[in-house]
Parts: sequence; C-alpha cells; structure tokens
Amino acid sequence: MSQNYKELATQGLWSNNPGLVQLLGLCPLLAVTNTVTNALGLGIATLLVLLGSNLVVSAIRNWVPREIRIPIFVLVIASFVTAVQLLMNAFTYELYLALGIFIPLIVTNCAIIGRAEAFASKNPMLPSAFDALMMGLGFAAVLLALGAMRELLGQGTLFDGADALLGSWAQALRVEVLALDHYFLLALLPPGAFIGMGLLIAGKNAIDQRKQRKQQVKTAITRARVTGTIV
Amino acid sequence: MSFRIASSPHQHNQKTTSQLMLWVVIAALPAIAVQSYLFGYGVLVQLLLAIVTAWASEALVLMLRDKTILPRLKDHSALVTAVLLAVSIPAYAPWWLVVIGTAFAIIMVKQLYGGLGFNLFNPAMAAYVLLLIAFPVQMTQWLPPAALQQHALGPLDAVCAVFNQASCQGLSLEQLRQGVDGMTMATPLDTARTDLMMGLTLPESYQKPLFQGGVGVGWFWLNLAWLAGGLLLLQQRVIQWRIPVSVLGSLALCSLIAWSVNPDTNFSPLFQLFSGATMLAAFFIATDPVSASTTARGRIYYGVLIGVLVFVIRSFGGYPDAFAFAVLLANMAVPLIDYYTRPRTYGHKVVKGR
Repeated sequence: MSQNYKELATQGLWSNNPGLVQLLGLCPLLAVTNTVTNALGLGIATLLVLLGSNLVVSAIRNWVPREIRIPIFVLVIASFVTAVQLLMNAFTYELYLALGIFIPLIVTNCAIIGRAEAFASKNPMLPSAFDALMMGLGFAAVLLALGAMRELLGQGTLFDGADALLGSWAQALRVEVLALDHYFLLALLPPGAFIGMGLLIAGKNAIDQRKQRKQQVKTAITRARVTGTIV
Repeated sequence: MSFRIASSPHQHNQKTTSQLMLWVVIAALPAIAVQSYLFGYGVLVQLLLAIVTAWASEALVLMLRDKTILPRLKDHSALVTAVLLAVSIPAYAPWWLVVIGTAFAIIMVKQLYGGLGFNLFNPAMAAYVLLLIAFPVQMTQWLPPAALQQHALGPLDAVCAVFNQASCQGLSLEQLRQGVDGMTMATPLDTARTDLMMGLTLPESYQKPLFQGGVGVGWFWLNLAWLAGGLLLLQQRVIQWRIPVSVLGSLALCSLIAWSVNPDTNFSPLFQLFSGATMLAAFFIATDPVSASTTARGRIYYGVLIGVLVFVIRSFGGYPDAFAFAVLLANMAVPLIDYYTRPRTYGHKVVKGR
C-alpha cells in the first residue's frame, strides 16, 4: 500500500504533473503567474478545490449513475470553487481582486475534473485525497516556478505583495534580488508566460532524458560477463 | 528553403547559402553608411554588439545541440539577422537592448525551431517586436538626424552614449535628443501621427523642421540607400521581384486611395514609401527565404498581405511603424498561402475546383 502512495506522489509531483506533462489548466497557469504571490494564491486555491472535490467525488462514487457523472462532478467542483472564492473574498481581499476572474474559472480547470474522472471516481477516499494533494502540490509547484521566473526577470523581486495573501507580516518576505532600472515587460506579459512555460517543459524533458541515459549506462555496466574470466 | 512543395525541374543557380547571405550584407552596406552619416555613429556600435552576440549565441546553442559550429557560423545567416536587427533599433539605445534582442532572435526564434531553414518567423523582426513590447521607452528613443541635432556627436560619443546613456561630455540622452529648436524629436512617422492625434492636419505638421525634405530629413536618403541595396540584390538574383514589388505596390495603392480621399489626415504614397522602414523591410526583411512564402504566386499574396497590413497598422494602429508586426503576421499565414498556391506539377494538368 505504501508503494502505491509513493507511486501516487511521483505521478502527481513529477512524471504525470498536471502542469508540465498533462498540460491541463493552462489558462490560469499562464494568466496569473506574473508574480510569486499570485501564483501561490491560485496554487493554494486550486489545491483546496482539488482536495475537496476528489474527497466528495470519491465518497459518492457508488451512487452516481455513470451517464450523468460529469454534470455531477462539475456541480461538486463548482460548490467548492464558490466556497473558496467566498473565503478569499473574506480573508485575502487584495489577492481576490488581483486574481479576479481566474478564481471562478477554477471550475473549468481540466486538471480538477480530470482527477475526479480518472482517479477519484474509481478509488476509495483516502487514496483520492492523497492523489488530490499530490496533484495539487505538483500544479502549485509549476505555478510557483513560473511565477518566480517571471517575477525575477520582469521586476527583479520575489514575493512582491505577499502581504495580500499572508497578512501584513509577509511584507518582510519581499526580496529584491536584482535592482532593475527597467522592468522587462515581456516577462510580465502573456508572451513571457508562454515562453517560460515552454522552457520549463523543455527543462523537465531534459532532466528525464538525462536520467534515462544514466540508467542505460548503468545497466550496460552491470551486465553479467558470461564468456571467460579476466585474469 | 523548403523544396518539398516546389515541383521539379529545379534549376540550380550556383550560389551557396553563405554567398547569398553575404550578398545581403554587402547590399546593406550603402544604407548602413548613409545611416551612420545622417543619424550618427551609434549604428556602428550597435552593429558590432549585435554581430558579436549573434555569433556567440549561435555557437553556444550549436554546442548544446552537439552540432558542428564553424560550418554553420560560416553560412552567415546569424550575421544577416544581427545586421537587420542592429539597423532597426534606435542608434543610441542602451547596449543591453541589442544584446537581449539578438540573443533572443538567434536562440529562441531560430535555433529552438531547428536552426536555419526551420524557423517559422523572421528572427530579426521577432526580436524587434520583443524589444518593442518589453522596452517601449528605449525602443522609441530615436535621435534626430545629425543635421538637426543641437549637440554634434563624434564616434567616441556614440560609444559613450550606447554604454552610458550619456555622451562623453555628460549630456544625457534626453538632452541629445533635442533638435536645433530645443524640442525633443521623434521619427517623422511618429511625429506626424502624434500631430494627427492632437488635431493638426498633415500639411500643418509638415511645417516642422523635421520634414524639410518632404518625408523627413535624412529618412528619404536612408530609404533611397536601402532601395539601391535592394536593386543590387535583385540584379544579383539573391531575391526575386515578386515580394518587394507586391509589398511596395499594395502599400502605395492603399495609401493612394486614402490620400486622394482625404490628404489632410492620410499619409501620401510618397511619405509611406520613403519614411520609416519601408524600403529596408520590402527588400531585406520580407524577402527572407526561410520565413517567406516559397511559391511564385504565394509570394505575391504574401507581399500584398504585408503591404496592406502596414497601411492598416500605420493608419489605425497603436504603433507608428508597422513592418515588424506585418511581417510576423504574414509569416504566420505562410503555411496556408503555400498550401493553396502549390504550383502545377510538371507534366500534370491543373485539377479544376480543387
């Protein structure tokens, strides 16, 4: 069973990452990652919705008729999104304004309905929750990486405006890495998101390929010698 | 150039890629000379920066891709990209601008798509658009032509200005941009456009010292020099007539119609043809053999598309000059144009109603 959970974790975080491999939910991924704060906000919101919807879908999976399962899933997801939206409206109002339309748009995030359909509707509650956690973390990690990349290149800071998400103490988090005289606007604008995303995917593929090559080399070395012995 | 869609027989014109590219650079020399004479020596500094960056980034990517470096550098395509980008950006733009632009052109636009012959977009123009979007302030800091400059700039000043954003005497770029009348100047296209927005008619705007030659001091000669270089390319059969003629023809026709309807608010055909980057783009940029259409008929459609887009963007768009956007948009349409203009295969009849 623990093997199974380990498999779920690697699937969600790396080998089947919703952002980098499945390329699901690209719309919010590309639109709101102009700063780390926005990325973190949306990442947490998506994670919460994913967790809730996977739990509920898994709990009701034996009572849902197959023919109308998709509308039911959407209904479940929409209720969680509404809850998250109202929570953000109440507690992180500035971030709520900054993310704008992309909070309600979590409903249409294919990564969430994809997990509900592909995993939660076929598995018990505990693995479903774990799967949601890992997938959500994987998605949030991609958001964070892209957000950090764009914020760093675009305005030379990290965690700018983090107080909108975490409260006023978070103002101390703001790091000015590079003092740029001129903002590199492209990184903050949508084209920067597309280019950055492409680079992230290329980077992941490069790491995978290198790993594969290493494994091949390893197996070549461990081959048993069958003809004669070296004196 | 892709030969997949052109039908045989092919005629070989005995020119290698490297010779073709070198001819483009040679044809650009007169215009570069005119530009450095009329607009200051900054363009030479930019050229140097761009060429070094282009070679360095090309070599870097080729190394990462495990390709042979020297033979591919010797095809001179990176050199052409560097030259075209360096002449398009303001002569006294900060040094990192051209470095970022050239590196982007070579690494992102050309090599990531597979290198020479595979790039969908014209590298120089894609980089120009990147810079224009990312650094709008620096990309519009054109100095007035040397004849109108209040402070004369020597070759050394050009180096100082590019690296320090101030001349060696310490005059800031903002001061250098002042014309003889103490006003900061923009390009003729930009000035005319701003004046139009402020409610002036074009004949009123033409009264400014910037327009003494009818289409702007210096810009007329610069475009003539590009035209001369373009004719040299035509004579050497480096490019064919279809793209430049259709670009210039459609732009002239559109502006002629608009100008005859209302000469007060629409640029004259002469102004359209001899201001901004018109000749440079028509002969040197739109004719890029990789990103342009490859069929004879397709090249005409491609050129007309660019000409019309330039007219539309110059007249109604948000930017004063439009060739970079027009060329990129037309580049996107190239696969479609090529698909619908495939030439008749030799020995086959045209199928009706395809």
